[in-house]
Amino acid sequence: MSTQPATYAASAPSLAARTVYASKKILVLGATSGIAEATCRVWAAEGASLFLVARNAEKLAAVAADLKVRGAHYVDTAVADLDDTGKHPELLAHAINSLTGLDVAYLAHGVLGDQAAAEADFLTAEQILHTNLTAPISLLTWLANFFVQRKSGVLAVISSVAGDRGRKSNYVYGASKAGLSAFLGGLRNRVDREGVTVLTIKPGPVKTAMTSSMKGSEKFADVNAVAKSIAAAVAAKKDTLYVPFQWQPIMFIIRNIPESVFKKLNL
Amino acid sequence: MQQTSISPDLETRTPENPAAVSPQAASSGPVPFESWGRYPAYGGKIVPLNWQGDFPAVAAGIHNGALPVGMGRSYGDVCLLKDGNLLLTTGMNRLLDFDPATGLLTAESGITLAQILDFAVPRGFFLPVTPGTKYVTLGGAIANDIHGKNHHVAGTFGSHVTQFGLMRSDGTYRLCSPTENPDWYAATIGGLGLTGLIPWATLRLRPIVSRKIDYEGIQSHGIDEFLDLTEQSKHIEYTVSWVDCVSTGKNFARGVFMQGDHSPVPDELKPSPEPKLIFPFDAPGFALNAFTVSAFNTIFFHKQLKPRVKALQDYEPFFYPLDKVLHWNRLYGKSGLLQFQYAIPWESAREGTIAILGAIAKSGLASFLAVLKAFGDVPSPGLMSFPQPGITLALDFPIKPNLSFPLFERLADMTRDFGGRLYPAKDAAMTASQFQTFYPQWEQFARFRDPMLTSSFWERVTGDISPL
Repeated sequence: MSTQPATYAASAPSLAARTVYASKKILVLGATSGIAEATCRVWAAEGASLFLVARNAEKLAAVAADLKVRGAHYVDTAVADLDDTGKHPELLAHAINSLTGLDVAYLAHGVLGDQAAAEADFLTAEQILHTNLTAPISLLTWLANFFVQRKSGVLAVISSVAGDRGRKSNYVYGASKAGLSAFLGGLRNRVDREGVTVLTIKPGPVKTAMTSSMKGSEKFADVNAVAKSIAAAVAAKKDTLYVPFQWQPIMFIIRNIPESVFKKLNL
Repeated sequence: MQQTSISPDLETRTPENPAAVSPQAASSGPVPFESWGRYPAYGGKIVPLNWQGDFPAVAAGIHNGALPVGMGRSYGDVCLLKDGNLLLTTGMNRLLDFDPATGLLTAESGITLAQILDFAVPRGFFLPVTPGTKYVTLGGAIANDIHGKNHHVAGTFGSHVTQFGLMRSDGTYRLCSPTENPDWYAATIGGLGLTGLIPWATLRLRPIVSRKIDYEGIQSHGIDEFLDLTEQSKHIEYTVSWVDCVSTGKNFARGVFMQGDHSPVPDELKPSPEPKLIFPFDAPGFALNAFTVSAFNTIFFHKQLKPRVKALQDYEPFFYPLDKVLHWNRLYGKSGLLQFQYAIPWESAREGTIAILGAIAKSGLASFLAVLKAFGDVPSPGLMSFPQPGITLALDFPIKPNLSFPLFERLADMTRDFGGRLYPAKDAAMTASQFQTFYPQWEQFARFRDPMLTSSFWERVTGDISPL
């Protein structure tokens, strides 16, 4: 599915943001996830150019249509299974051609996985690690080298507070995110001096359509507020974003609970 | 998979999730889903439909009943299904197409009117019809064929829905419009979500050049003054009257007649700010009583110091004064509230309104926020639409078990005797025989019901009637 540029920009009213800034070129991997879609709505309202990647064509088409109507300058899509790392170089090159450049790559794909199944069966654990860690490393390796050549670019990657300390309720997922956070820290250490930004995003529980009527969900973060924080952190070229920000002190405390106590907790 | 409080499940909608039903949702069991009146209170299993294509796959896994639901702003049980599956559509909130030349907006049905306004107002468009809250979904607005302050000129919400999709639980799909599948179009508008899932709909927005409303508030005394003002203002787009249902004697049916038009003077079309106030807890049972309500009504009446007040007012306080306080229904405490809304045709509208208001005032069951409005004669497109030409009155009762329900039943009988009907979206108490008198076409409508879809309301007012 491909879209001609400028068609929608011409039919949309001249909102201030679009006339002031050049259209930001953004690649979104896992564009049908709740947080990614909400973030894209922020960028669409600013008149960004978006290249969206997800596995399900029907969902991707709905998300793309929405972003066009909301004011994106240009939207193109590709259906891809990001577990297939062999196809990454071709996919990324195609995206950059379509956008005629790249300012931001936003990695938002991932699976929570089934912790109980992963405890029973290594293949399940391996699948979680592949999707959440191996595949992002493949993408980030290619993208980081592209941005280093250009001496600019932002790699915004959704990790998780779950990677800050392993807990029995989801330590396989947590391990994949811990690995991802460590990789991002090292990558930042390497490419920051080359003018490339690496943003590690660590969200806490987020209120989405699914959780909206659950007890206690009023205390969950609003997905649109989370999206605004992420878009702002990308614009500010931050290193790490705990979102909502309260998770930074909370995870500081959790990381510092002595292991002798932590191992007895039910978390 | 039960999440603990620090659990970071972020990706509830991953592409790896074919039916978009997360493992947590599938095993979470009954969770509270409240209607706005918070009565009756039933647990139900919430099954999110985040994508238009989710319904058939979800339906294949359901062997008891289901009901599509949105924001739960209906007052009674049209948005509830005891022991069934609530198909939560609020994740389906994408805009699919917008043509600024015609104002036609196509969107998924779980989008709220607030979200539509956030998009439309900065582009110079407004809802063709809006209820008293913007926190309802597009699908809910169609399913209840809602009305607003401009009913006398614009008709119901459904009159401005040019087409929509209708997906049945067996996977069949229809495009519905006044010319294509017109019988399904008519059955689905006002069809209480029972004819199938509406994945998307096209709504004709109206142009505006300003957020402002040219407002005028006029003190009125009694029903005849209300009727005179209604007649004098029929060329004005929005009219509604607040009426005091507590006072008797010389203050009987005193009120403030409120009218307005969209300002024709171009002005900045910025989006609305986010609401900040949230009513934080359930008020104790005694918070609303004859004294506090009477005091409120007196303040409201005299807040308007002069018999006539003109103002240029933002549309938010004009249309949505209560949206400023999220969860204001908690003011009624845990036991909740009942709404009562009738439409009585013109031939007995005056007589019926005086009689019913008299019965309410005499009952001493406190109620504020009584709203009186004349419905116009624009035909409603829905087979089961509530509005009809005449007078409509809507008011709240705090639930007091031994008092509210007998009064409600008496008022419903009076409504029936005056040839009127009650509004299912507001109802939690009418009897099956009252409903079947109000809506004699209900059996015809029942033939369009999706066999999987039902609601606690439908079960209550029809008994066990199986569709063809």
